[in-house]
Amino acid sequence: MFMLLTHSQPCFFSFYTNNINMASGQQWVLVEMVQAFYEAPAYHLILEGILILWIIRLLFSKTYKLHETYRLTEKEKEDLIEEWQPEPLVPPVSKDHPSLSYDVVTGPPSHNIIINGKECINFASFNFLGLLDNERVKQKALASLKKYGVGTCGPRGFYGTFDVHLELESRLANFMKTEEAIIYSYGFATIASAIPAYSKRGDIIFVDEAACFSIQKGLQASRSFIKYFKHNDMEDLERLLKEQELEDHKNPRKARVTRKFIVVEGLYINTADICPLPELLKLKYKYKVRIFLEESMSFGVLGEHGRGVTEHFGVNIDDIDLISANMENAVASIGGFCCGRSFVIDHQRLSGQGYCFSASLPPMLAAAAIEALNIMEEDPDIFTVLREKCKHVYTALQGTPGLKLVGVQFAPALHLQLERSSGSRDSDMQLLRTIVEYVSPTRGVALTLARYLEKEERFLPSPSIRVVVTIEQTDQDIQKAVSCIQEAASAVLK
Amino acid sequence: MARTTANGNLKLYLNQNGLKCEDIKRNGYHNRRQKNGPGTGVASRQPRQESFEQAPMYVAVMTYLGFGIVTLFGYLRDFLRAVGLEKCHLAQEREEQKDFVPLYQDFENFYTRNLYMRVRDNWNRPICSLPGPVFDLMERVSDDYNWTFRLTGGTIHNAINMGSYNYLGFAENNADFLKTVADKTRQYGVGVGSTRQEIGNLGIHEELEQLVANFLRVESSMTFGMGFATNSMNIPALVGKGCLILSDELNHTSLILGARLSGALIRVFKHNNMHSLEKMLREAISSGQPRTHRPWKKILIMVEGIYSMEGSLVRLPEIVALKKKYKAYLYLDEAHSIGAVGPTGRGVTELFNVNPSDVDVMMGTFTKSFGAAGGYIAGKKELVDYLRSHSHSAVYATAMSPPVTEQIIRAMKCIMGKDGSTEGIRRIHKLAENTRYFRARLKEMGFIIYGNDDSPVVPILLYMPGKVVAFAREMLERKIGVVVVGFPATPITEARARFCLSAAHTKAMLNQVLHHMNEVGDHLCLKFSRLKYSSCPNLHDEKDFELGS
Repeated sequence: MFMLLTHSQPCFFSFYTNNINMASGQQWVLVEMVQAFYEAPAYHLILEGILILWIIRLLFSKTYKLHETYRLTEKEKEDLIEEWQPEPLVPPVSKDHPSLSYDVVTGPPSHNIIINGKECINFASFNFLGLLDNERVKQKALASLKKYGVGTCGPRGFYGTFDVHLELESRLANFMKTEEAIIYSYGFATIASAIPAYSKRGDIIFVDEAACFSIQKGLQASRSFIKYFKHNDMEDLERLLKEQELEDHKNPRKARVTRKFIVVEGLYINTADICPLPELLKLKYKYKVRIFLEESMSFGVLGEHGRGVTEHFGVNIDDIDLISANMENAVASIGGFCCGRSFVIDHQRLSGQGYCFSASLPPMLAAAAIEALNIMEEDPDIFTVLREKCKHVYTALQGTPGLKLVGVQFAPALHLQLERSSGSRDSDMQLLRTIVEYVSPTRGVALTLARYLEKEERFLPSPSIRVVVTIEQTDQDIQKAVSCIQEAASAVLK
Repeated sequence: MARTTANGNLKLYLNQNGLKCEDIKRNGYHNRRQKNGPGTGVASRQPRQESFEQAPMYVAVMTYLGFGIVTLFGYLRDFLRAVGLEKCHLAQEREEQKDFVPLYQDFENFYTRNLYMRVRDNWNRPICSLPGPVFDLMERVSDDYNWTFRLTGGTIHNAINMGSYNYLGFAENNADFLKTVADKTRQYGVGVGSTRQEIGNLGIHEELEQLVANFLRVESSMTFGMGFATNSMNIPALVGKGCLILSDELNHTSLILGARLSGALIRVFKHNNMHSLEKMLREAISSGQPRTHRPWKKILIMVEGIYSMEGSLVRLPEIVALKKKYKAYLYLDEAHSIGAVGPTGRGVTELFNVNPSDVDVMMGTFTKSFGAAGGYIAGKKELVDYLRSHSHSAVYATAMSPPVTEQIIRAMKCIMGKDGSTEGIRRIHKLAENTRYFRARLKEMGFIIYGNDDSPVVPILLYMPGKVVAFAREMLERKIGVVVVGFPATPITEARARFCLSAAHTKAMLNQVLHHMNEVGDHLCLKFSRLKYSSCPNLHDEKDFELGS
């Protein structure tokens, strides 16, 4: 097309110059035009005629769009739709997938547990204080059942708030010596809902690499910037905080509205380590970052009165912005709670998704939790007993051949890892599984592998066997378990 | 059932249609309705009609005006607080942390501080009894304009409960019914203390899963401890990067959260609009993933059985047809519909006569119809096996409480008639009867109510913020507990009250509620409807239901 236009230039000129000359001739314009028309050679006229038509065509034709040729016709769409083959909804799971066949527990999962028909001593359930089969707790639950039935049939906002819930919240706040507490109906949903209630897009969260899965889900739901620091490594955390401080100096306007949080666990479920809370607090005030503390493993375990890591370190609980824990471990009920100052906690009553949009905790489970708190308050000695048992198990398991014990000595849920990896995660898991199967249930000690979703974890913890200490375990029980484990380890690992 | 009522429906529809064309400005819903048209054959299987009548123009104007006024007052009061003329009751940041970045931005809480705070006595009302058809509310007063509440110690006895999702009346405390639950509590205690994969897989969990699969007529099922988490923790196991989720615009937060956590791309189609859904499906499949244009790995359509704020039923037959045509997968959340609809309480698949195996993922909760807690996912064995090994909930969350499990088992056995009685079926019929009666009477009175005639969720449109509050308080005065919802749970101009019917409501209770509704409706001018519903005999006829089932 361009070629044609350049070609035609001379003709254009002749046409226009003709016209201009004619215009200057004023009155004779028409006559001259007609004359010129007659004088012009025929081929010229034909050529110009063709050119005029060409220009008109160009003017009135639609503009040429490049992507129009890409637009699919209905037919092509049909073909594509016909052709498309989706992946299956779920990939096939092989029948012998290790996490497919669950062990079946018949009867209560308490101290004496029946796994696949064999009675065992329970070293696997997080029933630290043995409250699962406590008669008082059961009686309270039954009394509640008689009055309220089972379900609440509604979220907290819509007639799902029972007097029992209000009582439990105020009891928890009292127990932890904080202004306010809020309960959730599921342990996992507690911290996973609390984090996104405060931290939004654009905010920054500093989080320990060993943080548990529900924290990870909370972080993901918040859509904030996540910065992982090495597990319990305060220098690494400070490095990140300093980096951020520099960043903030560059853009102070943005920094004024960017909330910053540190999220840590009290006792880490994945490593059985304790967080260095006093150091964290120093960093908190130095860099003005708020601290969220997840205490599912340490609530009802650490501290003289079982208040958790804050009591363990003698830290003022008001220095922690938010504490969250579940009531499924030490408390042996279901659900979770957050506590702290009203300024912080109250916000979740409208913004905690798991709080607002889920049915509230069945009253009988709340009543059981209240009774568990009663027992914990009446007899703080149970925490001392638990700590002694932990220490006992911790020392007894030291020096198991081929296995190393991970965790601090007062942690009630320890990990046994392979001293030397056999090369791959799968074979490590297989070795540990053989050890567990050697002991449980045939030799009467219930143990379990710590389970993870390998593809989903941000930093996948090393494979391990979980060893859970409860106050119901006698010295003989512990002796039996330890010798079983040692026997199994030397048989399997050789 | 469909056959016996089809004629009546058609008439009713035409009737409405005629009126619609003349009298009513078409709103979105009506337009969609006509596009999808019940004439397409599949839709005529829809047992009852859904209506979404639009309010007169002045209502919308007044609503905006109302919001405008309260917002202005909000600014005024914020100003008064800022200059110290009004005391601020909000909890304050501690002194030590005043120089931190503020935890909340001022504008974020404007709505809470100035609008919600004035009226929050209508939510979170504490109760101190069973959430049955009648309940006892704890009396509370506020001495500081709702900033704090004080319980007086008194109770409002036997208020009629129109708010709880107690569809089949299984929120009950009859000792005979609860005997097995009490036994299990004595035997097991209330907790489990471990996850399903580790050591928390109890025999009764497996018994329940077997029962759920039987009830739903599918191959297999898995249960979880919290309904909300059933969605938010399992959707990420099913879809991920490179997958597309097509989600109804009114889906519940838990579905949205699950979709967001999955990492899949989410596109939202208009509520129950098959045209919008099909367009999206065609577009998505033919153009592939954005930017890379690779074909999608899989496409998952997420819908609910009954939408809890609209009372509308999913257009299941059409969706199943679309899903088959475009090879997408279907995720059906039956939180409100399982137990509550269908001749034997098996939810929307039964109501629409859709084969459950055509729905790839059947999800539901036990909180509502079963009077317990938790949720399930059911479907093909491969699906459930995959979830058993890959669900977040199976690996990281504590297993379901034994007494709660037993409650579900006993309720489900009762619905299925496995307890040797006809109690379950009686309740299902009673709920359907109550639903129709209540909806028909409200329509006659001239209220605008949304949703399907079969849905036990009955939203009554109140529109103006002032009326919402007045309505809730006035009903409480008359000892009726209602749920009101407004922005942000609904569109800003469509604040509403929501009634949930129950099989446990007696006719006398419903009549009492209706009587008060009539009075309050006149008193507060809530009867916005301009449609004239003659008392259509079809709506009262319980016989056709019996015949069909």
